[in-house]
Amino acid sequence: MTTLMQARDIRRYYSVGSGLFSRKGTVKAVDGVSFTLREGETLAVVGESGCGKSTLARVATLLETPTEGELHIDGHPTTDAAARQALRTSVQMVFQNPYGSLNPRKTVGAILQEPLTINGRGNAREREAAARAMMEKVGLRQDQFGRYPHMFSGGQRQRIAIARALMLNPRVVVADEPVSALDVSIQAQVLNLMMDLQDEFRLAYLFISHDLSVVRLIAREVMVMYCGRPVEHGPKESIFAQPRHPYTRVLLAATPSVDPRHRKTTITIKGELPSPLNPPPGCAFASRCPYATERCTAERPEPRLIAGHAVACHHAETIG
Amino acid sequence: MALLEIRNLAVEFATARGRFRAVDGVDVTIDEGEILCVVGESGSGKSVSMLAVMGLIAWPGRVTADVMRFAGTDLLGLPSRQRRKLVGKDMAMVFQEPMSSLNPCYPVGWQIAEALRAHNAVAKPKVRDRVVELLDQVGIPAPASRMGAFPHQLSGGMNQRVMIAMAIACNPRLLIADEPTTALDVTIQKQILDLLISLQKQGGMALALITHDMGVVAETAQRVQVMYAGQMVEEQLTDSLFSAPRHPYTAALLDALPERAMGRARLPTIPGVVPGIDDRPSGCLFNPRCRFVQERCLTTPPQLEGPAGARARCHTPLDAAGQPTGVAA
Repeated sequence: MTTLMQARDIRRYYSVGSGLFSRKGTVKAVDGVSFTLREGETLAVVGESGCGKSTLARVATLLETPTEGELHIDGHPTTDAAARQALRTSVQMVFQNPYGSLNPRKTVGAILQEPLTINGRGNAREREAAARAMMEKVGLRQDQFGRYPHMFSGGQRQRIAIARALMLNPRVVVADEPVSALDVSIQAQVLNLMMDLQDEFRLAYLFISHDLSVVRLIAREVMVMYCGRPVEHGPKESIFAQPRHPYTRVLLAATPSVDPRHRKTTITIKGELPSPLNPPPGCAFASRCPYATERCTAERPEPRLIAGHAVACHHAETIG
Repeated sequence: MALLEIRNLAVEFATARGRFRAVDGVDVTIDEGEILCVVGESGSGKSVSMLAVMGLIAWPGRVTADVMRFAGTDLLGLPSRQRRKLVGKDMAMVFQEPMSSLNPCYPVGWQIAEALRAHNAVAKPKVRDRVVELLDQVGIPAPASRMGAFPHQLSGGMNQRVMIAMAIACNPRLLIADEPTTALDVTIQKQILDLLISLQKQGGMALALITHDMGVVAETAQRVQVMYAGQMVEEQLTDSLFSAPRHPYTAALLDALPERAMGRARLPTIPGVVPGIDDRPSGCLFNPRCRFVQERCLTTPPQLEGPAGARARCHTPLDAAGQPTGVAA
């Protein structure tokens, strides 16, 4: 299978606090992320707010240039501006909130044709035909072509947003929490649609989510992030069956489950994410980790391959 | 006797297109020290019905009920001055968005003290000590120094703890929590839910938890009420609700959870959307989306029926195998 996106040790830093009253600092939003995304596959990026998953999405869609590291799309490097320009259409994005990501003053037809117009594809008649065909694909009726976003429900709006992302026939779709703003019954419809479209167009998804039950359904590989660093990365089945990193375990235990047996599992952790401005020197999770030792606070663990997972923990073997 | 008893609650809003019933015929009973979950999708009326209990529905909303009693006091005939003495003291509420519910202009300690002062809960010189004690109780580290912090200086989870501290300041007998964890991350969500449950256990406080997350329901509730389009469609004990839902809507909602899917299978979906203000069907409100729809569902609205603790608003409630009962062959 073709590799569509390859990231090697991507870092994205922001300098902050150049104001009069604050000290200068660097926020390491994404700090050393590598992954390979193949045709027809889904890589899920999981983590809590502030872990860098949305920054990673912005880097992957070429909205941001990485501070360090390499990103290859469809085998081409993305270092110079001309290459980025050419590759831009092959990575498209679906945003979290369909109430905010659609222009309220444009009709569905105009929203869907806009990417084609901007990129000078086809003439007016061809563009309209393409938009109508895409509406059909995502389950919108033809008579809705001239309607405005406010006339649609949340689930239908997310269908419009997905249709818009697919208008340029991208190879990779980056979906940033695409179903977290939707109700359960609508969420199921949108997830089904995304899986159908993936099978039809052989799309690769970079699926960003905090909801592990959604990830379990749609992903093939899972990357768990904490404070800008991947702490565990591996195939979905084994991540869920045998998580190696303490943070992955905590995340799995904290996710509410409708299985009554889950109620008994009580791994809770104290505290909150450390400040990204002033990260601890060792393992970022050490302050909240029940297994932390002196080594964890002093030395930062690098990802190691254990049973098919890349795990960044000093004690991954002993606690497994 | 039940702590909170409500019969046939209705909330109507006067809109430009006529009256809209956001909540219709809802019964709520909560006993002392119980955890009740009210679950439903957006627009199902779960928040509005609880706001009505708190007396927080303003014009053009209108609240009516046959019975609305809290600890023996009739809330319907109560003058608003008396009611304000009750609200915030014996019944308190925690709102969904901690960041927008707290006043950004005042330190959090001052805002908690305000609740104490309003109800004369403790003598003036002791207010400060009580605030520190409350902040400590909800698990805020270094409570004495955090008293002077403003909401923007605290994280979302910390602000939610402040909201909880404010709500429990006067030792309420009923705490209503409206989606208290929706805006928070899962590890923080777990901490907040554990905190609410421990407060309920220690103080014998009753807890009404409004949520849309079936997982949260399964992990916290003793009893569950399911809302759909302003109506309560099912009421059951938690375990039996998840193993044997009786209303087709509850069953369909549980099937649509990604957690229950096998492998990469397509999820069973509920066709259509929740009816809005203009398109409420006649008969059962769920009939356009129901798998088991019968002729009488289209004409006759079903009543909430069944044995206590397992009531469903359905003509043909499902049996343990998920099949409709009482269908004429």
